[in-house]
Amino acid sequence: MAKNTPVEPLPSVPVRRSSFSARFIRDFALNKHLYLMMIPVIAYYFIFHYAPMYGAVIAFKEYSPARGILGSEWVGFAHFNDFFTSYYFWRILKNTVIISLLTLCFEFPTPIILALLINEVRNQVFKRTVQTITYMPYFISLVVICGMIKDFTNAGGIINNLFTYLGYDGNAMLQKPELFRPIYVLSEIWQRIGWESIIYIAALMSIDPEQYEAARMDGANRLQQMWYITLPGILPVIVIMFILRMGNLLNVGFEKIILLYNPAIYETADVISSFVYRKGLLEFGWSYSSAVGLFNSVINLMLLIAANYISRKVNDTSLW
Amino acid sequence: MKKSANISDALFDTVIYVLLLLLVAVTLYPLIYVAFASVSEAGRLVEHKGFLFKPLGFSLEAYKSVFDNKAILIGYRNTFFILAAGVTINLLMTSLGAYVLSRKNVMWNRFFIFFILFTMFFSGGLIPMYLVVRGVGLLDSLWSTIIPFAVNTFNLIIMRTAFMAIPVELEESAKMDGASHFTILFRIILPLSMPVIAVMILYYAVEKWNGWFYASIFIKNRDLFPLQLALREILIANSTENMTTGADNADRFQIGETIKYATIMVATVPILCVYPFVQKYFVKGVMIGALKG
Repeated sequence: MAKNTPVEPLPSVPVRRSSFSARFIRDFALNKHLYLMMIPVIAYYFIFHYAPMYGAVIAFKEYSPARGILGSEWVGFAHFNDFFTSYYFWRILKNTVIISLLTLCFEFPTPIILALLINEVRNQVFKRTVQTITYMPYFISLVVICGMIKDFTNAGGIINNLFTYLGYDGNAMLQKPELFRPIYVLSEIWQRIGWESIIYIAALMSIDPEQYEAARMDGANRLQQMWYITLPGILPVIVIMFILRMGNLLNVGFEKIILLYNPAIYETADVISSFVYRKGLLEFGWSYSSAVGLFNSVINLMLLIAANYISRKVNDTSLW
Repeated sequence: MKKSANISDALFDTVIYVLLLLLVAVTLYPLIYVAFASVSEAGRLVEHKGFLFKPLGFSLEAYKSVFDNKAILIGYRNTFFILAAGVTINLLMTSLGAYVLSRKNVMWNRFFIFFILFTMFFSGGLIPMYLVVRGVGLLDSLWSTIIPFAVNTFNLIIMRTAFMAIPVELEESAKMDGASHFTILFRIILPLSMPVIAVMILYYAVEKWNGWFYASIFIKNRDLFPLQLALREILIANSTENMTTGADNADRFQIGETIKYATIMVATVPILCVYPFVQKYFVKGVMIGALKG
């Protein structure tokens, strides 16, 4: 506390806080062009982000397009009740959490491992080639990726053929509920490992080389250096990425799921957001589906706040 | 250095190189397979099982069908419109927002920042979003893939961070000469921010190029389908029928397979050709974002 000596108020200048309206007028006069610039941006956020938040009240109403949001009748928590007591509630919640956790366990660590491996390569040409090639799948569009997955795993597709050699029955793999999750997670790894490693590679570059020097003096081999210096060095970044992931636990890549799933595998593949999409936009259950979506948003927000809180307590690293 | 340390280091290196080479092979092979399959003879491809190490025969039939297919050409046209108009609007809106939010001593900025960041953590959901887009009359228009996505909040933050790094002295002198905020933004800040603008163009362009989901719910008119929706019909919904008219059923299935591979090539090769040249900007973007993130 001693180093924070309180600042002495300057005696000669009378410190007077101007009133709110006076400050407002002066600020506006000074920055009116800035406010002019901000109008389109604020309008955009208002219309396309905040209006939908308001629109989410249809979750508590029986929305009919003819009567509009305001004119529709209030039904309270009826849609939430319907959802929580329905057969689908547990199924899609379970699927969402399982797919998310599987991705977290198996996909999340892979870019970290890749970054550690690339960090050990000394041949610059090889290093750059590996990076360029592994980033590549990230730039192939999702529709094309899913088209490839579907085709490769179909009866007669190359991946299907390879597994048939190993005793698989040869039917389309995306028709089998038990195979959806492995296909989803493995293809996520294939597409994202390189791209997501960039951030860790960037973090690696900021580690002080002297630390390695010192470790080598102490006789640490390269595996030990990796474990005791490199990994702790990028831990804060890993934690941040982890928090972001936790906050998005219920936001699994539903665009990919919609492209890959079919009624035969809803049992393992249908997640909250794909359910919202199907009920709302394909079957026109506007209000019901909004209720499910709102439930999802609220849980997400809570997860993010919780993850951030825990990480601040444990690790002193947080998003805000 | 002890000898055992040298041996263990050599072993360590070998393991790393082997793992990385394996990863490279697994990453590249699916694309190589698609390339080989797309120029193979349809009949031989269907009978073949397992890996392809060279095309089976050589035939450009599939590519001919793809280029004869109007849906793909229309898709390319629509996607180019979305890219040109969309990325322009994205850039304009994002720089305006980033400029204002990067100013110090603006009374409402803390509020604006909260107002904008909050949307990253909470959203109204899909159905209300659809109702808003319908409400403002954008359904069945290419603008529905542009205006509702005019600013990406994450990109806005990246750009704001970059603007804040520009030394204040540069604009102070301009202010002395009586330059307005518009002049400062367009004459001083933007010309100094070319690297981040390049990053923004690429990020937004990739978003627009890959986008299919919102187009699929907002656009029902097939003449307005962007490329990815046309691809979805062919690759996911398996509708190669209208590209194989004239063939009988068995042939149709066979050529249908090669058409899919040729379609993947036509939709992906342009991107993969451009990508190595712009890769460094993406990496740069991640770094700028990471500072804040």
